[in-house]
Amino acid sequence: MTVPCACQNWLRLARGLGPDALGQLMPMFLWLDPQGRISALGPALSKILGPGRLLGARFEQHFRLRCARAGRSGVASALDGRRRISLSLRARPEITLRGSVADVGMGASDGLLLNLSFGIHLAEAVREFGLTETDFAPSDLAMELLYLQEAKATVLNELRALTVRLEDARRSALSEAQTDPLTGVANRRAFDLALERLIRGLGRGGQSFALAHVDLDYFKSVNDTLGHAAGDQLLRNVARVLEEETRRSDLVARVGGDEFVLLLRGASDRDRLHSLGERIIARLEEPFSYGEQTCRISASIGVALSPDYDEPTAEVMLADADAALYLSKRLGKGRCSLASASAAAEGMRA
Amino acid sequence: MHGLINKSIQAFLRANYGQRLWLQVAERVGFESEGFEAMLRYDDQLTEDLLQASIEALDKPRGALLEDIGAYLASLEPIRRLLRFGGEDYWEFLQSLDELQGRGQMTLPDLELPELTLRTERADRFLLIVRSTINGWGAVMTGLLRAMADDYGALAMIEQADTADGQEAVQVVLLEATFNEGRRFELARPVGGVR
Repeated sequence: MTVPCACQNWLRLARGLGPDALGQLMPMFLWLDPQGRISALGPALSKILGPGRLLGARFEQHFRLRCARAGRSGVASALDGRRRISLSLRARPEITLRGSVADVGMGASDGLLLNLSFGIHLAEAVREFGLTETDFAPSDLAMELLYLQEAKATVLNELRALTVRLEDARRSALSEAQTDPLTGVANRRAFDLALERLIRGLGRGGQSFALAHVDLDYFKSVNDTLGHAAGDQLLRNVARVLEEETRRSDLVARVGGDEFVLLLRGASDRDRLHSLGERIIARLEEPFSYGEQTCRISASIGVALSPDYDEPTAEVMLADADAALYLSKRLGKGRCSLASASAAAEGMRA
Repeated sequence: MHGLINKSIQAFLRANYGQRLWLQVAERVGFESEGFEAMLRYDDQLTEDLLQASIEALDKPRGALLEDIGAYLASLEPIRRLLRFGGEDYWEFLQSLDELQGRGQMTLPDLELPELTLRTERADRFLLIVRSTINGWGAVMTGLLRAMADDYGALAMIEQADTADGQEAVQVVLLEATFNEGRRFELARPVGGVR
């Protein structure tokens, strides 16, 4: 009887498919004989496993089967009936390979044919083994994956840099919006926000604070006699003194022409607040030179303390600090007055 | 227009002609920000204005300017590397150009790259047809293909051309795909990233 034509073609194909042709189609193929020894392998795989004699070596010498079936020894029986496999390299356990397996000959009489490829560790493997484009079959998507990984990294870098630039811009816009341009201390807006925050914090068990209203005395005459440039210089000097006399955690703000406010976090000791006020006044009273000229100013201060209130609000505290300031002025300027605890508690003005 | 394109023009002007010329061009088009952001979008007209202002500032024909931009792009290491993924040698690279638009969109879906079709006219003679809503990509590709021929070490003659129906195109005569060694390219990204 004649052999059917299709079968003859298969035989011809099988005879023609030597290791070289297989290697071209599948650079990572592995042919194991029925005893689990390497009969042939593709050029990329031999680059990865080499150097050294590979043909005839046992499978287990170079590979470890991941999730092998329990109780089965020998690669042939462990792979029996499987189509997808996962391996790792003995020499590089972190690099995993995956692939498919097929019987060669009836009942795997001529062994097993494995076609392997790198999974997610492709990029590491390429670096580790110095692989090139020719180590991958053109039908493999490895090149696209590498390309995509690199393109993605480039785009991400660009996005990260953009985010940093935007964040910097946001911060500087924010700080510009909350800074008094003449003196560099906080402005009214920043002060209002900080005061609101402190008051809200009190409700949640936050620390107490004091609000001090500082108003310069005789400032107008400096402006009138020495000019606005001298006045500006003087205001910058006042801001510097206030910052030097307070702590980093406190806030100094310029809220009007010659008006400053201080938010003193954690301050509740009346005596210490009073001496702080007097120290500030003493420093502001030091002679101020502008060019050849010298002038003197002073300051009046009014202070309100958050512990004096059951439920402090910004309006009431500001009004009480103002009233204390007014008292300082009325008593002859150059003084520091504290809003009285009882007056505050009763909601009265000092 | 994708910011990457405007930023490329900006980077090209700064690298080849200096910061002062870039500022001059930016002034002409009324672009006030410090520079383009590669990952933002800008009005299409701005790109056209930018090119026009560059042409005037440099007193250079449009085609020549665009060719220079193409060559500059291919000289940037991240872009050069991505282009080299196209193939093992220049012949393979040419064949891969049909997929360039797709590759670009795989990374940045809204990047307006031209649609490229490689037509093989003779064994060593190719016509790359460049279709885009933006006029000028043919010249950019001409500069880019020339620079990549150097990169691969290929010997080729590359000129701007037009198809019979008026499409932009690039004529490539490939004399030798591997004339000299070309520049190195390894699949693995250099450690520490590409700069």
